[in-house]
Amino acid sequence: MTAIIEAKGLTKGFGDVQALDGLDLVAQSGQVTALLGPNGAGKTTFVRAVATLLRPDSGEIYVAGVDACAEPKRVREIIGLAGQFASVEPAMTGTENLRMVARLFGLSRRGARTSAADVLERLGLADAGDRLVRTYSGGTRRRLDLGASLVGRPQLLLLDEPTAGLDPRGRVDLWDAIRRLVADGTDVLLTTQYLEEADQLARHVVIIDHGRAIAAGTPDELKNRAGTNVIEVRPRVGGDLAAVEAALGTIGCETPHTDMDTQRVSARVEGGADQLRDIVRLLDERGIEADDVGLRRPSLDEVFLAVTGKPLEPTGSDSDHQAESADAA
Amino acid sequence: MTTTTTTPDVAAHAAVDHATGAGYVTAALQSAKRTVLQFFRTPQLLMLGTIQGALFLFMFRYIFGGAIHPGEGLDYVDFLVPGFLVTGILWLGMSAASGVAEDAATGVHDRLRSLPIPRSSVMLGRSLADAALTLWGLFIAAVLAFIVGFRLHADVAEVALALVLLLFAVYSFMWVFITIGLTSGSAQAAQGTATLLIVPLAFVSAAYVPADTLPGWMQPVADNQPFTIVSNAVRSLTLGGADAVGLGHSTAYWVALSLVWCVAILAVFGTISVSRFARRG
Repeated sequence: MTAIIEAKGLTKGFGDVQALDGLDLVAQSGQVTALLGPNGAGKTTFVRAVATLLRPDSGEIYVAGVDACAEPKRVREIIGLAGQFASVEPAMTGTENLRMVARLFGLSRRGARTSAADVLERLGLADAGDRLVRTYSGGTRRRLDLGASLVGRPQLLLLDEPTAGLDPRGRVDLWDAIRRLVADGTDVLLTTQYLEEADQLARHVVIIDHGRAIAAGTPDELKNRAGTNVIEVRPRVGGDLAAVEAALGTIGCETPHTDMDTQRVSARVEGGADQLRDIVRLLDERGIEADDVGLRRPSLDEVFLAVTGKPLEPTGSDSDHQAESADAA
Repeated sequence: MTTTTTTPDVAAHAAVDHATGAGYVTAALQSAKRTVLQFFRTPQLLMLGTIQGALFLFMFRYIFGGAIHPGEGLDYVDFLVPGFLVTGILWLGMSAASGVAEDAATGVHDRLRSLPIPRSSVMLGRSLADAALTLWGLFIAAVLAFIVGFRLHADVAEVALALVLLLFAVYSFMWVFITIGLTSGSAQAAQGTATLLIVPLAFVSAAYVPADTLPGWMQPVADNQPFTIVSNAVRSLTLGGADAVGLGHSTAYWVALSLVWCVAILAVFGTISVSRFARRG
């Protein structure tokens, strides 16, 4: 395996905000790498540095072995960027948009036509190609924007929060599109605030916070770092919640947590299967009926909490938003 | 079977791996094409500019015109139209500022700057497109001007020179609006800044009224700002010489001074825009 992105000690400040604060990151070729972090963590700044849109204050970035600070043009030949907005032109058709970007990538007229048609087909947009983009839904626009970053057949695709603002359906469609790309051999770096997205798409997840990488690994490795599995019980009768909590308290390694919204009680446990058998037996002995008893791996949410000591969601206080808009500047 | 399906794909990959980005001309033209299509496919933009220009022309020609006396032997409509066309650069060109700001805010510039093309080509394309759109607006205004009674009093060579000067002024001033667009942060802010610039430049000038009717303290500004000078040059060229329009200097003086202004504006704002766009923050 070779590194498609290698960053060492990156720093970048915008006034008072230190967006990147000594970020080290290696993304291997042949897989999706997800940058996971809250608003203002430095995700966008990092993507912009890789895309040669900004120059870090210090540190080094290599993209496919090319020094992005010294040879930005060569890096631009390798990458495709889809930013936080669908930056396709509403007054042009889908096909026109893609042909334009393909031409800018240096393809001939004919090559641009072929590449645009090919990309529309791959993204399931063949029918929409002749319509003006202003008639597209938000999700379709984002898919076309993804397409625009693909017509030059980049080696590395940079996706900055590709599904932000999409409805669940649009999100799933875009995920499918990204998976197909990866199957075709394109390397992908994506940023996301959604744990589920990182879990769904990426084989390598880097958690960043305050401009630094604080943990990295496969989703499974990161979950192992949180250490423990979780047992979750949903009693049939809401009145049994307290009794379930008491039962689980004798088995788990911490005080159980009751979620009133979902009517579930959960607790982290050392081990797994043995404790699962114990709780089933205990509930049976105490005559508590349960709709659902399950053992699950910790979510990336819990991983983030375990690593940083604070929850990932809900995202963003006001100051976080300010940091992110400084990112964009 | 496997070979027949994978070979073309591999070939396509290989073909593109050698594509190292568009050349200067292609990149500029693609960028220009986008701006022009955006304009002609947005009927509101197309209609609004035309209607505003017509209203403005009618207002000066028929409402204020009766009260303004440009000098002996000179019809107000003849005096007005050259100044109207020259200041039309401002009213029509300001959409470039909001357009550029919009592209910057919605990630279009990021996309373009991430492509392997000469970065200055993007702004060059933009300036050509916006100049073309402004000229289109001026063409419509000129047609309306003839309808409301404007007549040329000059030979073909003089009129041709007037057109070339107007063209150069349009192109130079587009860079001012591009600079405003690149430095504003949002389309609304760009629009606001452009308006703050346009109103004094258009009105504190000899474009619509003779400068000597302005208050004394305003006259030094009005006399020496570029829109007065280009207006006077176009007026002299289209109405039969500087004497015919009651100007103190010769036609050549006004034309030369106009060219100096245009070159200076182009050099300063062209440089600011191009370096600003190419900069890595």
